[in-house]
Amino acid sequence: MSDQTVSPANPPRRSLLSTLEVDTRLLGMIGAFVLVCLVFNVLTDGRFLTPRNIFNLTIQTVSVAIMATGMVFVIVTRHIDLSVGSLLATCSAIMAMLQTNWLLSTFGLELGNPALPWLAIAGGLIAGTLIGAFNGWLIGYLTIPAFIVTLGGLLVWRNVGWYLTNGQTIGPLDETFQAFGGISGTLGETWSWIFGVIASVVAVIGLYNARRTKIGHDFPVKPAWAETAVAGIVVAGIMGFIWMLNSYQIPERVLARDFAAQGLEVPEGYSAAYGLPISVLLLIGVAVAMTIIASKTRFGRYIFATGGNPDAAELSGINTRLLTVKIFALMGFLCALSAVVASARLSFHSNDIGILDELRVIAAAVIGGTALSGGIGTIYGAILGALIMQSLQSGMAMVGVDAPFQNIVVGFVLVVAVLIDIIYRKKLGAH
Amino acid sequence: MAAPLVEMRDISIAFGGVKAVDHVSVDLFPGEVVGLLGHNGAGKSTLIKCLSGAYRKDAGEILINGEHAEINNPRDARRYHIETIYQTLALADNLDAAANLFLGRELTTALGTVDDASMEAETRKIMGRLNPNFQKFHAPVSALSGGQRQSVAIARAVYFNAKILIMDEPTAALGPQETQMVAELIQELKRQGLGIFLIDHDVHQVKALCDRAAVMKNGQLVGVVKVDDVSTDDLLAMIIAGKKPEHLAA
Repeated sequence: MSDQTVSPANPPRRSLLSTLEVDTRLLGMIGAFVLVCLVFNVLTDGRFLTPRNIFNLTIQTVSVAIMATGMVFVIVTRHIDLSVGSLLATCSAIMAMLQTNWLLSTFGLELGNPALPWLAIAGGLIAGTLIGAFNGWLIGYLTIPAFIVTLGGLLVWRNVGWYLTNGQTIGPLDETFQAFGGISGTLGETWSWIFGVIASVVAVIGLYNARRTKIGHDFPVKPAWAETAVAGIVVAGIMGFIWMLNSYQIPERVLARDFAAQGLEVPEGYSAAYGLPISVLLLIGVAVAMTIIASKTRFGRYIFATGGNPDAAELSGINTRLLTVKIFALMGFLCALSAVVASARLSFHSNDIGILDELRVIAAAVIGGTALSGGIGTIYGAILGALIMQSLQSGMAMVGVDAPFQNIVVGFVLVVAVLIDIIYRKKLGAH
Repeated sequence: MAAPLVEMRDISIAFGGVKAVDHVSVDLFPGEVVGLLGHNGAGKSTLIKCLSGAYRKDAGEILINGEHAEINNPRDARRYHIETIYQTLALADNLDAAANLFLGRELTTALGTVDDASMEAETRKIMGRLNPNFQKFHAPVSALSGGQRQSVAIARAVYFNAKILIMDEPTAALGPQETQMVAELIQELKRQGLGIFLIDHDVHQVKALCDRAAVMKNGQLVGVVKVDDVSTDDLLAMIIAGKKPEHLAA
């Protein structure tokens, strides 16, 4: 069992990137995103990279990005979920009906009761999780291909949503509920900064702990300056993002309206910024939780093992059927969470909510480097993928590209992104 | 003589009317290597998969240390300290060596999260013993050579205090030097008192490494012989003709 090709423990010379141990794939995606932003910024005479547009871009991305993180797990285990848009619609319908009708008529709650939005959200999350688990049971235990189960689900759940609401638009939704939508629920300047500082501290502590663990086991670590540089980039990224969002001032007429609602006038020279939207906070929470699941839990480990080699996973004693149920239940839960954000952003539930989202979500995951052959994918990739898709879409809308061309370009980009990924992997394989 | 470590009694398993294993009985003692020989499709892998939990037998009984053992899946087999090195190696190619070694039996931290650092440290220890040149602890196993992959699969089987080891053609993909290392490893494990089932095509290797050989043909057991009592030609004759050599037939 000897190797002829022994790699020395400390190669004499390493490139800057490998010393920093930065993920080149992540770097490539960020590069692509920055490129898209810069091109549109030039084409729109600087309107693309304004705090206002970046704010809008982030809140438009949240719903698809949340689902895309779940789609990573689905695709990594060599499945697919075509029903996410429809499931979102059913969950949205359930939550809208709960807070405007069912809870009122069944439990005698009054409109405006502070418990209403939370009960509605809980109901929607439970429904989404159960429906997802049911899909997973059909796929895992009855061994019906995921493509078929969720293709059926695409029709079923779209129309269950329709049936539940009689096809009506349901609204306006509860104000607290609407706070999850984006513009109507933000942290404001101070809390955004506080959040940024806490996030930075947590990130630095995380990096420090990882380094200490490595040293404790006598593993090689990167030089201290490289570690510091990475920490610096992370903190700068977080604070820069907060700074950007905090630069988006609430327009004067909106301020005037808000103050007028309380019977007040806007004080002289008063200004306020929106800050971090609650929906984006939710996405950050989902991203962190899903990343921890993927890399630090047995559940995540088994997802990737099953994707890499289902037989090996089975022979290692992993219950791959139950695993499938769990993955789809999680996907259903995330669809329900996205339903909160999507309907709250609109401020009402409409029959066509989430239409074609399944394609956006799959595209986001795939552009983000998730391999349909299974075993490979990252949460951050899927979120970046969603962001790139949304940037393309809204950038083209701002430039005034005709609607058909917008979709043509997005479809084209999807295919090219996968091609680039394949070439990149082949190069790595040859290495 | 001590009780056998493993007794497989009258095992049968059929796939859609084809009797892959037909009333076969084999046993295995501590510190013994039993070779399983036969053509492709003779049923040796299928028989052994009933022991490793990959298949469920249709009929028959398995006894471990003289007691009835219920083995319905790979998890059950692991509880009886049965470890298997599959011909396909059964590695998740996208994961690194440590993740594969501990797959299904991850070490966890106090918080319940997987403890990658400890698993890597343990992996470095055992690989240091089995394959001192191994350095690629952070690469997915798809990036490893055949011998390196084999050593990961072997490390996984021996790390968890196996009492019974099943090796399905462990040297099929290896060069002469690596084959020699596997042979030495088998001798060492034997001295430690493990019982080993070795599935192999190569009669010379079986003659060199095994104490006894069980030969199968068309799902049936041709016979179990001590390798010292037979020549390689005798073994070949058993595989091809399906008959015990005449000097042992009586």
